[in-house]
Amino acid sequence: MSAIISVEHLGKQYRIGALRRGNSFRDAFDEKIRSLLSRKKPSESKDEVLWALKDVSFQLEAGEVLGIIGRNGAGKSTLLKILSRITGPTEGLIRIGGRVAALLEVGTGFSGELTGRENIFLNGSILGMKRAEILSKFDEIVAFAEMERFIDTPVKRYSSGMYMRLAFAIAAHLDPEILIVDEVLAVGDAQFQKKSLGRIEELGKGGRTVLFVTHNTGMVRQLCSKALLLHEGKLRLIGESNAVTSEYERMGTPLVESRWENNNPRDKQESAWIGSVSTTSGDGVPSRIFRTSEEVVIAFSLTVKEPNNLLKVGFDLTKNGVVVMRTQQVDYPNGLALTKAGEVIVRCRIPRHFLNNGEYFIIPLLSIHCAQSLMHQYEPVLSFEVAIDPQYSSFYSVLTPHNHPGMVFPSLTWEQV
Amino acid sequence: MNDEVVIKPTHGLSALRLREIWEFRELFYFLVWRDIKVRYKQTFLGAAWAIARPLMGMVVLTIVFNKLVGFSVAGVPYLLFTFCGVVAWNFFSEGVSGASQSLLANANLISKVYFPRIIIPAAAILSGLLDFVIAFSLALVLMIYFHFVPTWTIAILPVFVVLTIVTSLGIGFWFSSISVQYRDIGHALPYIIQVLLWITPVGYAANKIPSEYQLLYWMNPIVCVIEGFRWSMLHTGTMPLTLVALSVCVAGVLFVTGLMNFLRMERRFADVI
Repeated sequence: MSAIISVEHLGKQYRIGALRRGNSFRDAFDEKIRSLLSRKKPSESKDEVLWALKDVSFQLEAGEVLGIIGRNGAGKSTLLKILSRITGPTEGLIRIGGRVAALLEVGTGFSGELTGRENIFLNGSILGMKRAEILSKFDEIVAFAEMERFIDTPVKRYSSGMYMRLAFAIAAHLDPEILIVDEVLAVGDAQFQKKSLGRIEELGKGGRTVLFVTHNTGMVRQLCSKALLLHEGKLRLIGESNAVTSEYERMGTPLVESRWENNNPRDKQESAWIGSVSTTSGDGVPSRIFRTSEEVVIAFSLTVKEPNNLLKVGFDLTKNGVVVMRTQQVDYPNGLALTKAGEVIVRCRIPRHFLNNGEYFIIPLLSIHCAQSLMHQYEPVLSFEVAIDPQYSSFYSVLTPHNHPGMVFPSLTWEQV
Repeated sequence: MNDEVVIKPTHGLSALRLREIWEFRELFYFLVWRDIKVRYKQTFLGAAWAIARPLMGMVVLTIVFNKLVGFSVAGVPYLLFTFCGVVAWNFFSEGVSGASQSLLANANLISKVYFPRIIIPAAAILSGLLDFVIAFSLALVLMIYFHFVPTWTIAILPVFVVLTIVTSLGIGFWFSSISVQYRDIGHALPYIIQVLLWITPVGYAANKIPSEYQLLYWMNPIVCVIEGFRWSMLHTGTMPLTLVALSVCVAGVLFVTGLMNFLRMERRFADVI
């Protein structure tokens, strides 16, 4: 079978200098003068370029549903924009053998002054539908959006939910050979999301080729036959979606940091202070996304000026604003005394199969027992996420925060007597 | 796969893909339709603005040039004389300002959807045609009111309408593509249009300009447009053919260079807008 999309050595370069520079003649003029004065050749400012994508090659066959994942800034949106021809590549070659529709946003070009009916025609044609096609699908679109009563009301009077429903209904009736979708599915209520996901599934099963970008690895596993992982503009992995999403989760996500640096000057005047807190996997790799089947390691980097037997370091672990537990290095029975001066790193290992699905927060603690707290704030500084590992047991694949509540999910012993 | 699309880096001028523009003709039509529909939404006078604006322009310019300065034109009521100028001028000036700001006004389309960008400024200019037709009909009504009978020359009018469109497109291509990068255009535009108004014979006749400056004067293609409108509708004097040719050439150069510049900048629109 031949590829419907083939991408070869695709690269896209942005000039960061050009972005930093303002958007007026005066700024451009300033820049010119400055470069004349400093006798800089234009080529010397080459350090100010950024490769949003570099050397990306892959092929996609007709009927495949490809999930594109990666951190913020990994180049996902740039890839979509090039594939949908909104912006051109700097290098490389793409061949696309079919009619493409790109959904980088729903409701693009909606005009608030126009009615729902008028916007269906306008938006439909913006998305590449022919007038006759819109006419024939009009009733279906209106029914899909559940919008019959308001179809002749100006869109600016719609609630945001109605607006999104109408916008999505139009998009859902696109019927291209290749559909490119950005994270538009993340909008709307649960029921509506289900509808949209169903539509993508339908397109995939109907032999359409779909590419979509998301942060939601669950969605990729559910919908995509194949996934592509981008990292810092380069293609890191492409293949079967389970393998690629696992790799992504292993990379951790950087949406939020996995490390907190203490910048409170008052803390640093005490006899000991916490310089940083970080979360890592069992083997020391920085991460903030874990499976229930993995160890979570919380590391504290301390500076101890005056050693004290009564020095206590630890943290409160909270979830949904409730303290799940407090733990400190002196805790029975493995109590650890910090008697050394200087830089010390202490780690706490939270065992596998102990935490539940969800986001946990760390509130660091440092004190001299029964005398004095050495931290000048009590607040969460870092969070990490835990997801139930579906591979552990077939029962777990359907567990979500909604049907599996609880602050912890420890592995306990069950026996029949 | 016969309609395979190849995406690769483009340098210099990207081609003017006429076939592709033709494929997007429905989008073009819908954008014109939207601009027309939205133009007078939530206004008290509504489409009556298409009549009110040229009438106001006519009254002001007649007062200034006829009553205050004392200009007059033999055989033509001055009100009618200015009105013909204002009809053409409004079509031009609204087209140019609409087109110049059109890319920014449709920034979300540019950053989210692919289509030949040239459609946007072109649609902005053509959506002014309806207002023009309304104002032009009013001119015909005024001619009846003043018992003014047009001659065969009115058949030449479409030529000057086309010249207006070509000039507006040329300037619109230039300004809109520059404004994507430099927002200065938005600030300068009202003044540029104002200055143009005074160096264009909207409220007076072109022959009021000293003869040694006529050549320079007619380098402004809108001079030719306005004079042409009056000549074909009111049969005022004769058209100086060499000067007309000069105006047409300038309009052509504006159009071609504007188009080329637009096509050169086009591929960066989504990145810088």
